[in-house]
Amino acid sequence: MSYGTGNEWFPYYEQAFSEGSFSYRTGNELPYYEQVFSDSGVLGMQASEQKAIQVTDLTVAYQDKPVLWDIDLDVPPGVLLSIVGPNGAGKTTLIKAILGLVRPAAGNVLIYDKPYEAQRQIIGYVPQRGSVDWDFPTNVLDVVMMGCYGALGWIRRPGKKERELAMQALEKVGMEAYATRQISQLSGGQQQRVFLARALVQDATVYLMDEPFQGVDATTERAIVTLLQELRADGKTVVVVHHDLQTVTDYFDWVMLLNIRRIASGPVDEAFTSDNLRETYGGRLAFMK
Amino acid sequence: MENLSILTHFDYTLMIVAVGAALLGTVSGALGSYAVLRRQSLLGDAISHAALPGIAIAFLLTGSKTPLILVLGAAIAGWLGTLLIMSIVRLTRIKYDSALAIVLSTFFGFGLVLHTLIQRTGNANQAGLDTFLFGQAATLLERDVLTIGILGGIALVVMLIFWKELKLLVFDEGFAASIGFPTRTLDILLTSLLVVAIVLGLQAVGAVLMSAMLVAPAVAARQWTDRLRLMVFLAACFGALAGVSGTIISSTASRIPTGPTIVLCATVVVGLSIAFAPNRGLIWDRIRQQRNRRNLKMETSRY
Amino acid sequence: MLQGHLDILSIAIVTAAACALPGVFLVLRRMTLMSDAISHAILPGIVIAFFLTGNLSSPLLILAAAGTGVLTVVFVELLQRTKLVKEDAAIGLTFPALFSIGVILISRFAGNVHLDMDVVLLGELAYAPLNRLKIFGSDLGPVPLYVMGTILVLNLIFVVVFYKELKLVTFDASLAAALGFSPTLIHYGLMTLVSVTTVGAFDAVGSILVVALIAGPPATAYLMTDRLSRMIILSAIIGCVNAVSGYWIAFLFDVSIAGAIATMTLIIFVLVFLVVPNRGLIAIARRHARQKWEFAQTMLVIHLFNHEGLPEAETESAIADLHEHLSWDPGFTNQVVKYALSNRCVSRKETQLILTAHGRTIAQQALVQ
Repeated sequence: MSYGTGNEWFPYYEQAFSEGSFSYRTGNELPYYEQVFSDSGVLGMQASEQKAIQVTDLTVAYQDKPVLWDIDLDVPPGVLLSIVGPNGAGKTTLIKAILGLVRPAAGNVLIYDKPYEAQRQIIGYVPQRGSVDWDFPTNVLDVVMMGCYGALGWIRRPGKKERELAMQALEKVGMEAYATRQISQLSGGQQQRVFLARALVQDATVYLMDEPFQGVDATTERAIVTLLQELRADGKTVVVVHHDLQTVTDYFDWVMLLNIRRIASGPVDEAFTSDNLRETYGGRLAFMK
Repeated sequence: MENLSILTHFDYTLMIVAVGAALLGTVSGALGSYAVLRRQSLLGDAISHAALPGIAIAFLLTGSKTPLILVLGAAIAGWLGTLLIMSIVRLTRIKYDSALAIVLSTFFGFGLVLHTLIQRTGNANQAGLDTFLFGQAATLLERDVLTIGILGGIALVVMLIFWKELKLLVFDEGFAASIGFPTRTLDILLTSLLVVAIVLGLQAVGAVLMSAMLVAPAVAARQWTDRLRLMVFLAACFGALAGVSGTIISSTASRIPTGPTIVLCATVVVGLSIAFAPNRGLIWDRIRQQRNRRNLKMETSRY
Repeated sequence: MLQGHLDILSIAIVTAAACALPGVFLVLRRMTLMSDAISHAILPGIVIAFFLTGNLSSPLLILAAAGTGVLTVVFVELLQRTKLVKEDAAIGLTFPALFSIGVILISRFAGNVHLDMDVVLLGELAYAPLNRLKIFGSDLGPVPLYVMGTILVLNLIFVVVFYKELKLVTFDASLAAALGFSPTLIHYGLMTLVSVTTVGAFDAVGSILVVALIAGPPATAYLMTDRLSRMIILSAIIGCVNAVSGYWIAFLFDVSIAGAIATMTLIIFVLVFLVVPNRGLIAIARRHARQKWEFAQTMLVIHLFNHEGLPEAETESAIADLHEHLSWDPGFTNQVVKYALSNRCVSRKETQLILTAHGRTIAQQALVQ
């Protein structure tokens, strides 16, 4: 038994004028994808160049305000990509759209050539740290084990195996000593590591992380970077919403510059140019190289 | 001899009432934990007040005073009230607190209008409204206790079945959605369980005090533990404890209403927990501070 | 008969206006539920003061009850400050406890005295005019009218005199503090007024429905305007409309007056919620319907614009494949293309759709904003 998509069938009160109010997408998408594969020319790509994430012509609107306009993004497997842009550029929304958490008004997202619903098992997600109540009555190990819930499916509880997986993940982020610690007693950096450990437990191929460096100490930042690079070395694809322009070249090998539309994306040395940055941030950029 | 038979009869009634109050305390304590953790403590207050028109309409439509039918009406109205609150928050700039206050008071006002209509037709008496407002724990019958036991039991079993899902929903909704949990359906499920706990609790403590039955045991339990499992369990126990002790205390003297006594018992449990609970409690905190200060003093005096 | 109507109506109107004034700031400061808490928690204050004075309309009673109301606010804040309890739970703990004490006091000690629980909770406007103010034997009108009138004037003075401070504290408490206007002082001033108003309104509408008077009109007004001054005036007007219409409905159907006023509060709120220009549900739905094509056309031109002049443009702008790129329904895509063609945003070039100069401008403008 596994979780269904579930979000569409219930006539829920939030539906009326929510995010998806401008959604004209066809409900039935599968035949279309099959068509794509039978005719690889359609999207202008060769079958051999498989993409870990492929976003095509994605537009997302909240009520009547567009937050993302016609975004295209190809992420090849095994890269460490940072999404960079000013506040309100739609970085978080892009992550959420890739995860299927918001419904786009137009366009498409494919993960290894399949829609998100079919690929949930290979995706790991690290939400913003501030999005949860850290006073929730639970401990570190328990939060990390939540990474197994997707694989467990309905009703089944985590057991010994999940506990071991969680402990291994905690070791990887250097938090094994904190396993039984209440989560409200953690520092910001430790909270972030716990969230990363939870994503590691998901044992994903593609990771999406929303501001993992937000408000963490220098040690944690270094630990996270090492972890991200290890993930890449294992052939995983990691997409990170990032806000510190100074560290982009050091930490990442790919970058996407975003401000409601895509300004540029590609390897850092190609896309991360002063011209592109000026276009992304307007005149507000004072310090670049 | 006569006195003795009165006594045994009295004890039996008291036992039924105590069992009923304990069951209600258990259900509302356990499910109230989720409301408190989601910062929806006062949603219970809104739902319980919004239930009045539902009860009145159920009575107007069926002409029956069967508890089950009235409970159903209360549940539907409570549900509609929640729906309206959510829609207002979602679709307008009005914030949660105002939406809650509007639904709470105006639904109740509408219920009052319906109630006066019913009264005029002579079908009911004022007692019906008093029951709704303050509960009727003292008059719970075996049949009522059975209803409470079955419905409350079902609610608790559903909660246990979807334990993992509900826990993640409350802790991190975005992550839950990303791994494919149908968060909206789960949200509806959780709210429905809360509605069940509330409409059952209305019988014991009434609409005005129902929110305390959801909030107090959960807040007390939270002080003693850092694990959700234990918190829900303790909240259920505290709820039951408040129910039983409130019933017994109010039976010891005349003219002490049961509902408010139960609420006060729950409040005392909260007070004790906030003061004495290890780790989080205020006294514990004070001791820790003093110890720290003393250590600091010793360290500084060394140099 | 007419005099009876007038008495009740005037009490209802004055009460509604008096409640709406502080209500505006409660709604804006997200503290509406404090009024719910206060209106319940003042019960023990009323009971104790009643035992002491033996009179339900003594000024001492109003003061004692208002004091209990402020005490409730302090209590909630103290609980919150322990960091062990969140605000909503602190409110949910405090007022039922105080209310319970009040109820127990009443049923234990006031069984034979005239202090009816129903009146406390539900009020009875119809009885309010029975209590007359008589000086030297001449009837000057119902006492509650004078009580509420005084409270209305008090509220009005507070709002007018401290308008600037209230506004500042509501929108930016830390700035207010930095400028030397103590947010705490303003906060407690407001809470004292809410308490006094609640106690005064008690007689007429009872403790549950007073919440409808405090929260309803300001929330309704909040849907209609962006300006604080207008919101205050609108709230007072809406409060009066609710009171008058509620009263007549109660009269026509012979039902509870307070209940009918609350019901009208809900009806008028929902009506405004539906029909108010710009922000109303109907306005939003109509705008969506109107903008649907506009928005889809913009998406189309931006799509073409983004791929213009690039190697993949040929596939991206092929009319037959457009619906696949945008994940739109083919029929819908056709209609959007037709719409865009008729607006001369795009033109057809063999199997391709290309941007016109006009379409390019639309795309650029949409991307810039």
